[in-house]
Amino acid sequence: MKLIFLLTALVTVGSAIATVSARKILHAALWLVLTLLGVAVLFALLEASFFAVVQVLVYIGAISILIIFAVMLSRSSLVDEGSQTHRRWWAVAIVLLAVVIAWVAALSLWPNWSTVSAALPAGAGDLATLGKQLVDPNGYLLPFELSSILLVAALVGAIYTAVEKKAGQA
Amino acid sequence: MLNDWLYLGIFLVLALTIPALAIWLAGLLSPKKSDPIKNSIYECGPEPVGESRIQFKVQYYVYGLIFLVFDVETVLLFPWAVAYKQLAMYAVLEAVLFIAILAGGLLYAWREGALEWH
Amino acid sequence: MSFIADPINFIARWLTAVLTGWGASASVTQLILFIISAGLLAMGPLVFTILLIWVERKIGGRFQDRLGPNRLGPWGIFQPIADMLKIFTKEYITPIGADKVPFNLAPILAVAAVLAVWAVIPLASTVYGVNLNVGAVYILAVGALGELGFIMAGLGSNNKYAMLGGFRVVANLISYEVPMVVILLIPIMFSGSLGMNDIASSQTTWNVFLAPLAALIFFITQIAENARAPFDLIEADSELVAGFNVEYSGLKFGFFYVADFLHSATAALVFSTLFLGGWRGPGAETYPVLGFVYLVIKSAIIYFAILHIRFTIPRFRIDQMMNFNWKFLTPLSLVVLVATAVLDKLVPIGQTLLRVGVMWAANLLIWLIADQIVKRVSKRQAVPEVAQPRPLARPPQVKTNDATGGEA
Repeated sequence: MKLIFLLTALVTVGSAIATVSARKILHAALWLVLTLLGVAVLFALLEASFFAVVQVLVYIGAISILIIFAVMLSRSSLVDEGSQTHRRWWAVAIVLLAVVIAWVAALSLWPNWSTVSAALPAGAGDLATLGKQLVDPNGYLLPFELSSILLVAALVGAIYTAVEKKAGQA
Repeated sequence: MLNDWLYLGIFLVLALTIPALAIWLAGLLSPKKSDPIKNSIYECGPEPVGESRIQFKVQYYVYGLIFLVFDVETVLLFPWAVAYKQLAMYAVLEAVLFIAILAGGLLYAWREGALEWH
Repeated sequence: MSFIADPINFIARWLTAVLTGWGASASVTQLILFIISAGLLAMGPLVFTILLIWVERKIGGRFQDRLGPNRLGPWGIFQPIADMLKIFTKEYITPIGADKVPFNLAPILAVAAVLAVWAVIPLASTVYGVNLNVGAVYILAVGALGELGFIMAGLGSNNKYAMLGGFRVVANLISYEVPMVVILLIPIMFSGSLGMNDIASSQTTWNVFLAPLAALIFFITQIAENARAPFDLIEADSELVAGFNVEYSGLKFGFFYVADFLHSATAALVFSTLFLGGWRGPGAETYPVLGFVYLVIKSAIIYFAILHIRFTIPRFRIDQMMNFNWKFLTPLSLVVLVATAVLDKLVPIGQTLLRVGVMWAANLLIWLIADQIVKRVSKRQAVPEVAQPRPLARPPQVKTNDATGGEA
């Protein structure tokens, strides 16, 4: 179990680094897909299966495709020339390493550092419970309806921008 | 539940490696006579002209966007659908309100001509 | 539970006993069994595709009033094997400037995405890969991974037309995914769970009787997701030079082909599980083998319907496809969802016949209203007359100095 988690975490972090340091934007987009897949596997390891598949469905199925479309839409050069690292990258690395070590040391002084959190009560991660909470007036009904308005706002804004751009370019 | 995911992980790894193995095997069996004319890009006959980048239509992006909004809407409706049998009528009406707001968004997109394929 | 009633589980239990007898611990035994089972379930559809190619070509031939393959073996049954041997030995031609990793990964992803669906479908009441509790959304998610394979194919070949084809394919697929996802909510509503096993086993009345219009819309979107006729403008064999797989050769192209054929069989399987009750039928609980037989019969009927539509209806244009999806299917699916949700709550629980009657009446009403709306709109938008019948080029009447005095 720990081995699988370690492997997944390494793949996720590695592809995230590859995303920001890739030379061609297209390769960066594909490394991003691998990162998102890694996150989905992490969700699955935490037994949140619904979120694992929704992560793949929405992030990889819609957002990554949108990113690739947006990359193709921009007419700038698709290849990043020049060095990918700052000239004094070793100085930055040392500073960051010091910060991380100090941070972890400070956290390990926290009394609850080694306690494992209690397991969820049975049925708490159930999707039906989430569904009932979403439409419960005492639960999350208002955020539920507001999220639909937020989605429509995003849709309207994006279409206003895109269609206006079409008329401007015609 | 973790056993389920373990099985799926094994299954996906196998589903990826079996075609990869087949392709590698066919690569061993097939001839490899590389030739600059054979390797050139197919453009219905004449030589390819210009860079291989196309005039990208904004329409693709708009379709992707509308798909994203409806995808997220349906993802929010999945828990409601799973809990449907245990819900009362008012809960169903609340979800109908949710769907109606998004249908309004679709109507706006329709009127603005965002759904036309030029 | 004898061997005849439930062969797969019988063999599984026998293997477990053997492995434990050799001293393997419980987790190692389980791992080995998982690997064997996953291997069989992953290889099975690939081998099954060979039969599927033959079936499609033979039936396609009959639809088009010809014989189909009939040279190799009785009824041409060895034809796909010969095709397979040929495609294994064709040369891989990689175009200049192609991106190696996306170019090679694309066919593997396309096939893996279709194969991955077979893991969650219950083939019988006790035979299934894994009873994933989010099976229905998992099927959508691996569909998304398949779309990614198509984009990689389009972008990896260094070819303008492949890129165009790839983007068109993905635009088409994501458009038709919207009604599919909306309609998928209806079987989930009726069964109260996202798992395919629960959806299959909860259909005491088949879902197609409770939501016929939804089943029809789902059927249409599955054909469109598969990029099959009449929605196959993107990879039309006679136009647009095969779209995104124009630069592929050898087995890589073969795998795109395999993914296409296997996808329609998988679509038939998924439709049968969601709407036709899957393995359900008389006696399927006690004899799981019977459940498998029922599933095969139902999927075969749906597959035949898909083939029928493929070989009969002419292709749609891209703008017709998009209009059909965004202006007809999406609003219709939203209306059907709302109507089904509200009506199902109004009918009291347990009265199946009343429920079926009410649902059919509502669906028929929605269908008639939609039909009327479409008729009115298309009458208003009647295609304007461009011109009178165009004049033909006709030579002027010339009088000749012929003895007959006639005209030339």
